[in-house]
Amino acid sequence: MPNISIRGFWIYRNLIFGFLLSLFFVLAALLSYVWTPFDVTQIDIANKLKTPDQIYWLGTDHFGRDIFSMIMVGARTSIAVAIVAVGIGIIIGTPLGLLSASKKGGWLDELIMRGNDLVFAFPSLVIAILITAVFGASALNAIVAIGIFNIPVFARITRGAALTIWEKEFILAAKVAGKSTTRISYEHILPNVMNLLIVQGTIQFSLGILAEAGLSYVGLGAQPPMPSWGRMLADAQTMVSFAPHLAIIPGTAIILTVLGLNLMGDGLRDILDPKLRNSRS
Amino acid sequence: MLRYSFKRLISLIISLVIASFVIFFVIEIAPGDPASFMLGINAQPETLAALKEELGLNIPKHERYVSWVTGMLTGDFGTSYTYRTPVNQMIADRMWVSVPLAIYALLISTLLAFPVGIVAATNRGKTGDVAIMGATQLGIAVPNFWFAMIMVLIFSINLRWFSAGGFPGWDTGFFLSIKSLTLPAFSLALPQAAILSRVMRSSLLDVLNEDYIRTARAKGLNKRQSLWRHALRNALIPVLTIIGLQFAFLMAGSIIIEQVFFLPGLGRLVFQAISQRDLIVVESVVMILVFSVIMVNFIVDLSYAAVDPRLRSRV
Repeated sequence: MPNISIRGFWIYRNLIFGFLLSLFFVLAALLSYVWTPFDVTQIDIANKLKTPDQIYWLGTDHFGRDIFSMIMVGARTSIAVAIVAVGIGIIIGTPLGLLSASKKGGWLDELIMRGNDLVFAFPSLVIAILITAVFGASALNAIVAIGIFNIPVFARITRGAALTIWEKEFILAAKVAGKSTTRISYEHILPNVMNLLIVQGTIQFSLGILAEAGLSYVGLGAQPPMPSWGRMLADAQTMVSFAPHLAIIPGTAIILTVLGLNLMGDGLRDILDPKLRNSRS
Repeated sequence: MLRYSFKRLISLIISLVIASFVIFFVIEIAPGDPASFMLGINAQPETLAALKEELGLNIPKHERYVSWVTGMLTGDFGTSYTYRTPVNQMIADRMWVSVPLAIYALLISTLLAFPVGIVAATNRGKTGDVAIMGATQLGIAVPNFWFAMIMVLIFSINLRWFSAGGFPGWDTGFFLSIKSLTLPAFSLALPQAAILSRVMRSSLLDVLNEDYIRTARAKGLNKRQSLWRHALRNALIPVLTIIGLQFAFLMAGSIIIEQVFFLPGLGRLVFQAISQRDLIVVESVVMILVFSVIMVNFIVDLSYAAVDPRLRSRV
């Protein structure tokens, strides 16, 4: 018994710690709409490359811009891109997964699943390269690229879970009651796969933050003057030898946000799907 | 097995055809043709027409698509609009950096992940396991290009053990070339190693709970013997699948890492091509990346089905 309580505490701690970390960055992003210590667009060469002190809490960059303020506004970009990309994945992927499961074994199921495999063959970076070659680089490209990559993820996970639910007796009852396949999918299957979607959504959210940073770093994502953690790292690259804080701070912000979301995802999974507890821990 | 392989092969061919179609036509809708971009806004219409003819841009799109695809089947990717050299040669030169980098990173991540995963699984719930799980959680959260910058800071700038970037070329010697790929490979490998150790751990834990392991123990084998003789071999099946899939992601990931270390690989080629609107190069590099992902999936599926007969009936 003591083992169970210690483990229960451990699982709970993951969730709380992850939630608090993620919340911290979400709040920082929201706060940046109304307040930042300094204006992020204001160039102040006299104060360039300052190390953290009482005025500039996290120092300044090569243009004298306050890094703390840039991290706050950068959080906005990262979180917005990742949330919309997850939204695209859920809104398109989930109905596809539900449809596929409801037509199990049919040509439509086969078509959707093979389509999924095909989209899976395009890593988000490759999609971003394609889109950039056509439309030029922008944060919107990053959203579309990561969003497209998320579609098969949600379609697969929804289909997998939905298939087992279709076998349950209450679905048989719904069929006997004369409900259509579409109605059963939305009224009975969807609510039962929701937990799984929430957990996967958290994980894809963290992957989205990493992907956005990577795309912005190589110049395929957010463009100046929009602050972004990935671009801050790209700017820092040539200055890392004499101003390492320019690289360390945005990198730490990315790591903490992703870590927070991953811990939250793990914690949520353990709570929402107790069957997984034994196999995972 | 033969029927399964045949079905997967058909599916592979269809995927490749659709992928090539998507890549070609997405890029072909790009506003502004390469000829106008190369000649600038003051180009004479006659010069423009001549260049279009030279580059083959006056041929209808569907014909260009067919000739691009049939060309690729014979190893001919066309001619670069910017450099006027064969694209296959440009790609082949760059592959000599990108592919060894991906293989090197895969080796490192596997060599790191196996012992780490085994130690974590055999010490389940103990301090070592908790510490390893914490470290891997952190490893997954680290962006590889950031880790690369920190490695440059420590090992190139402070310790001066490695150069901060560039690639001397394989003709300068194996050791020098491998040395210049070491930091990039470690940067690519770290997050992958974190994922792989977790897969190794959970796969081994699943196997250790199986009845045949209990039987092996009951037969008189000690923990270590049952692990090495029975558990590891079976735990490796899902791990090998992940390793296969990781290779494709390492190829794509190397595009970003090449930017950090200024390596002349596929990544730098494609970014240069985008900025110069050398669309035929972009199409070909993207096709090669997608081809590698599809092929690796195909090989993984086949080898998985060869090991586990239950999977053959699923397709």
